Amino acid sequence: MHMQQSINSRRDFLKKAAIAGGGLVLGFSWFGADGEAPAVLKGPFPEKSIGFNSYLSIAADGRVTILSPNPELGQNIMTSFPMIVAEELDADWTKVKVEQAALDTKSFDRQLTGGSGAVPHSWKRLRMAGATARAMLIQAAATQWSVPVTECTASDGFVLHAASGKKAGFGELAALAATLQVPKDVPLKDRKDFKIIGHAVKNVANKGIVTGKPMFGLDFYREGMLFAMIQRPPAFGTKIKTVDSASAKAMPGIIDVVVFKNNVAVVGKSTWEIIKARKLLKVEYENEGAIESRSDHNAIFRTVMDNGKPEVKRKDGDVEAAFASAVKIIKAEYQCPFLSHSPMEPMNFFAHVKADGVELVGPSQTPASARTAVSKLLNISEDKITLELTRLGGGFGRRLKFDYVLEAAELSSIIKAPVKLIWTREDDMTGGNYRPAVRYHFEAALDAKGNLVGYKCRGVGINAGNLVREDNFPSGAVDNLLIESIDYKSPITTGAWRAPITNFLGFAEQAFIDEVAEAAGKDPVQFRLELLSKARITPAGAIKYNIDRMEGVIKMAAEKSGWGIKKPGISQGFSVYFSHQSYVAQVCEVVLQTGKPVVKKIYAAADCGQVINLSGARQQVMGGITDGFGHAMYSKLSFKNGAAEQSNFHNYRLIRMKEIPEIEPYFVDNGIDPTGLGEPALPPTGGAVANAIYKATGKRLRNQPFMDEPVFSGKA
Amino acid sequence: MPVYNLQINGKQLTADVAADTPLLWVLRDHLGLLGTKYGCGIAQCGACTVHMNGVAMRSCSLPVSAVRTAAITTIEGLSVDGDHPLQKAWDETDVPQCGYCQAGQIMTAAALLKRNPHPSLTEIEDTMQGNICRCGAYHRIREAIQLASKKI
Repeated sequence: MHMQQSINSRRDFLKKAAIAGGGLVLGFSWFGADGEAPAVLKGPFPEKSIGFNSYLSIAADGRVTILSPNPELGQNIMTSFPMIVAEELDADWTKVKVEQAALDTKSFDRQLTGGSGAVPHSWKRLRMAGATARAMLIQAAATQWSVPVTECTASDGFVLHAASGKKAGFGELAALAATLQVPKDVPLKDRKDFKIIGHAVKNVANKGIVTGKPMFGLDFYREGMLFAMIQRPPAFGTKIKTVDSASAKAMPGIIDVVVFKNNVAVVGKSTWEIIKARKLLKVEYENEGAIESRSDHNAIFRTVMDNGKPEVKRKDGDVEAAFASAVKIIKAEYQCPFLSHSPMEPMNFFAHVKADGVELVGPSQTPASARTAVSKLLNISEDKITLELTRLGGGFGRRLKFDYVLEAAELSSIIKAPVKLIWTREDDMTGGNYRPAVRYHFEAALDAKGNLVGYKCRGVGINAGNLVREDNFPSGAVDNLLIESIDYKSPITTGAWRAPITNFLGFAEQAFIDEVAEAAGKDPVQFRLELLSKARITPAGAIKYNIDRMEGVIKMAAEKSGWGIKKPGISQGFSVYFSHQSYVAQVCEVVLQTGKPVVKKIYAAADCGQVINLSGARQQVMGGITDGFGHAMYSKLSFKNGAAEQSNFHNYRLIRMKEIPEIEPYFVDNGIDPTGLGEPALPPTGGAVANAIYKATGKRLRNQPFMDEPVFSGKA
Repeated sequence: MPVYNLQINGKQLTADVAADTPLLWVLRDHLGLLGTKYGCGIAQCGACTVHMNGVAMRSCSLPVSAVRTAAITTIEGLSVDGDHPLQKAWDETDVPQCGYCQAGQIMTAAALLKRNPHPSLTEIEDTMQGNICRCGAYHRIREAIQLASKKI
């Protein structure tokens, strides 16, 4: 039986492990990718230990406890990390217990969730953690049995000596193993011997989730804790002028109303009481910055695109000459709206600022940065701040920001009480940190043979930072290329949203490439393969993607989807994208029903290197595609007089069950180390869908959400 | 404030709250039943779904005063040991990603299977349309409901 629970500290963990019965507790410290040998811990954890990043303990009864340090938000890290350790340990997976570690920067490295980077970053050190322990257990058995260590093997939680038939459980050997010298240069398994990695393993939290066990931030309750909600400025570009809180304060259950920064916080004894009281606040706001509406954003895109000063991100060859001598020039612009992250669990955090330190509990993708920020805000040293991670009810990048952690901490320091700060859905959707709205202008130059000889991309974004990925395909495959970015500063706050920038750029680039292939009179798959072939033989400038891996997923997606084979009534669209460190190609199939396009199916070929958990990997691909498809089709956040026009799920549309296409994921098995999968399946989806819809209808979709385009809305 | 005697998961539980308090917050803040989730507060996402006399209801929009003597079932009371066919199917199909919406998904599906143990695909999709899964686990949710239906 797998169990999941949260524990407060490493010491707590060690104490529990010790109580479990004279077991082996290993702390592993590596300072580089290849690392140093770990040290066996005896007795209390040494105070000066630094750089520790991964732990496992083995109890006398054979149970293996594996601590998972990274925030879990649905990427399934709490299952996949322990799988890696257990594989090299040769543990019996049914006896593995997983625990979420609290924030502990002394013991763990990169204790965050973002950038599809957790498994790639930790892969080797997790394997070493398991392999080193296995070697010590085998050594212990060999010593005990007085047989050569080379004759002993480990399997499913036991050490075996084939010649004598001797067999001992890890739990029986743990005490002796703990007294042995820690080996260096322990060999790792050959991947052909993997019994756990690469297989479908169920989420260790399933049982708790399906029975409603408390595990999320909002589920954290403490005796005597107060509840708080904040009224924030209703429009971006405004600030508080006056506050009248008398009616709110008079409501039952209300303890106080506190004004700090641009926040009016209502503090009370229960959630419903503060929701009701907050509605009675009378707060006047005044303008302090630009008050923008949807129409302003469209005007900004046009003006900045045509007259703005771009930052040149990449320039290869002679672009002007290439376009001057072109036989055909293709131009198109693509635009997307702001989006809300809308994880199902709204923002929340518990904070208790006491005389001797600060206790923080809640969901965060970046607990270490959050603690540092709280330390600076309250001028309390970090070693006096504890942060316990709960499970995250989704993140999608929203919880990379820790504004809500700071709000909770500041409020607790003012009211001098333990408090749980809760955002409502409306607070979340109107409160900023959005996926930025962006617009791209593309131009392509073709020669007489239909070769792509010139390529330009200029992106304009609203608080988007660098909104191009200048080294991505087709860079390197086009001799004359210009990639430019212009960012416009707005009071509307933005942030990373699952597959930052590429969540829309992937669509825009891949839809435009489809337009270019058509103009060149070439098959879209063949066109891409020819470009990659050119990049390999005569590269233009630096190539920062792996041509073989990209070709691999293109060919696999084409083969699995029957690309080029006529299917009656079905139109196919192709797309491929490299993001973070992985490659995903997709083929979308569209049919026409009463004249309107319906997306029926999406095939996906993913190269994320070694798949850790086949079940989790399929989920990430299917979920990523559903996410990318749903937002491309339905979602938008727009503004009127500085305020978001959408506030909850009645007017902000998310994809629901009836709208999902069938999805068929495949994985390239090429034996390379894992390269991440939380995000890479999302960026190609919009392009595959738009290209298939074009095939079916003859209409190019260049703006998201697609539902607002004439082909769906019926409006010209 | 009025005192409400509620029939929840086969037990009588008491809450001293304002009449307009949604059942969701009574469950969570006053009775310690945390499996029922807050997602939107306006009956649009289904995370707060419970059963009232066996029928799926959005507890975020159900005032406690309207509950009266109705039998309420939450995810904690759906089965004795997490062994409702849907709970087992959810694990077998490995549905959850972040997991936050899943209690509400299961409760919506459980009410459906109670009134119609063998629903068609369309009936499943029509019923589940009110529950949002932001992770996009819809394929497996649908598959798990079909699996549970087969085992009933």
